[in-house]
Amino acid sequence: MEIFQDVVCPVCGCLCDDIEVSVENNKIVKARNACAMGTTKFLNYNNDRIPSPMIKNNGVQKPVSLEECIEKTAEILVKAKYPLIYGLSLSSVESVKVAIELTEEVGGVLDNQTSVCHGPGVQGIHDIGESTGSLGEIRHRADLIIAWGANLQEAHPRHMERYSYTSKGRYRNGKEDRNLIVIDVRETLTAKAADKFIQIEQGKDFEFINALRTALRLEQIQKDKVAGVPVEEIEKLAEVLRSCEFGVIFFGQGVTQVNGKGRNIDGLFSLTRDLNSWTKFLIMPARGHFNVAGVNQVATWQTGFPYAIDLSRGYPWYNPGETTIIDIIRRGESDATLVVGSDPIAHFPPAISKRMITTPLISIDPAHSMTTMVSDVVIPSSFAGIEYEGLAYRMDGLCLPLKKLVKEPDNTMSDEKVLKMILAKVRELKKVN
Amino acid sequence: MTGIKVKVLSGRTLRQGVGKEAGKNSERYRTSVSICEMNSEDITSLSIKAGENVKVTSAHGSVVLKSVSSNQLTKPGMIFIPYGLYANQLFNETTGGSGMPTFKGEPAVVESAIEEPVKTLEELITEI
Repeated sequence: MEIFQDVVCPVCGCLCDDIEVSVENNKIVKARNACAMGTTKFLNYNNDRIPSPMIKNNGVQKPVSLEECIEKTAEILVKAKYPLIYGLSLSSVESVKVAIELTEEVGGVLDNQTSVCHGPGVQGIHDIGESTGSLGEIRHRADLIIAWGANLQEAHPRHMERYSYTSKGRYRNGKEDRNLIVIDVRETLTAKAADKFIQIEQGKDFEFINALRTALRLEQIQKDKVAGVPVEEIEKLAEVLRSCEFGVIFFGQGVTQVNGKGRNIDGLFSLTRDLNSWTKFLIMPARGHFNVAGVNQVATWQTGFPYAIDLSRGYPWYNPGETTIIDIIRRGESDATLVVGSDPIAHFPPAISKRMITTPLISIDPAHSMTTMVSDVVIPSSFAGIEYEGLAYRMDGLCLPLKKLVKEPDNTMSDEKVLKMILAKVRELKKVN
Repeated sequence: MTGIKVKVLSGRTLRQGVGKEAGKNSERYRTSVSICEMNSEDITSLSIKAGENVKVTSAHGSVVLKSVSSNQLTKPGMIFIPYGLYANQLFNETTGGSGMPTFKGEPAVVESAIEEPVKTLEELITEI
């Protein structure tokens, strides 16, 4: 049996790097320290593999050679006037680099899951600026943790234990030295574990944020309640925020996916900025997929923009709401979609899925998903962080190395290699044409 | 049958997170995303028992789900459906210029649907 130490978990944005994985005869038999999601992935990732490259023929997916799939994909992308390349949050940084090169070569749009998870948060960074730090800094120093519309206990099961509320840092000895306040519309498992839960009315985050900013400035709020919360309670909360030594707001999709969207996040970033007049305060999105932050990082180095990058003009163009995948498909502008390691059919409104499948759809994925089921071309790949190594970015922007633990199945390869083959074929076809 | 007016929230649950890692074809995944978490008062007002099916209808679509009583929904008037194809049947495709559809807070009506089956994922995909 081979034991791998300090394995980085390829599931959520926490990128826990203390997993001990035991491998016997090229099979993972144990994953110590991982949470329920991590353990399930390490032990079950191989259960539902795409057995072979496939191309749809008369409505039925039929096994073909990898070369046929690559050629078909390249043909579709070269022929398309405005193709979309989407996903990559479960791929390595190296794969993202190739995807950007491919998008530029075919004159398309590169978007990723950021669009439907923390896109408004990214827009908040543009609008206001972000007071941020590392999760390590938070573990050692934070005495006040705010989870705002973020159910850390279920979405990032080891977040509190490793980085925030209950973690033991150099200057904070676990939960007795910290205060956890949850602001949410539901009494989530995180809220139940908190020192204080403030339940606000659904869709009223923006009002509540602004009331809190007003209270923070010691100005009077001209109402008895805001978002269902009595003004005295808002004033008490402002006092708790002002008087902490090192505070942090982790926000989740409870604020990005509700009405107000980017404006809610502008409010939260502004609140954090205001708080820095009184004390030290950080803000950080609780990112979902393990490398969704990596796509934003790589895209920003390479194009200047974090997601929804239109490369059809020969230079990068970015305008969320216009160049985001949902909007492009809704307007019926795209004429092909290449999905890399993502399942948009399971996660987009059906009206968008309906339109997406009226144009050629290609999936690169290690396992079956709702999207692979309806794709015209399916290319099996291997799992980043299990079958191939590479880099990924944690939710705080720290870059960590993913390990190769087992050999990949013979007919699969990394997203990076698949994308390089497609890119080479695209260049070959463009030369001929 | 009269229904009750609610706001629909979708989101991550640990069961859905584990289910997706177990595989999108797995029973664990299907059962984790085809539920409607409800406040117990809302379940009582529909004259059903937790575990019986309900039909949720919004301006954008309709879906039958298994009801589950949730102690996270402490007040009536809100339901929670884990992220996935079932929840998405209810959401609008517009983003209001933000790039992001509104996956939380969609107004809908919930009614008892004891006799109606919960569709399989394959059936939902066929309807796309």
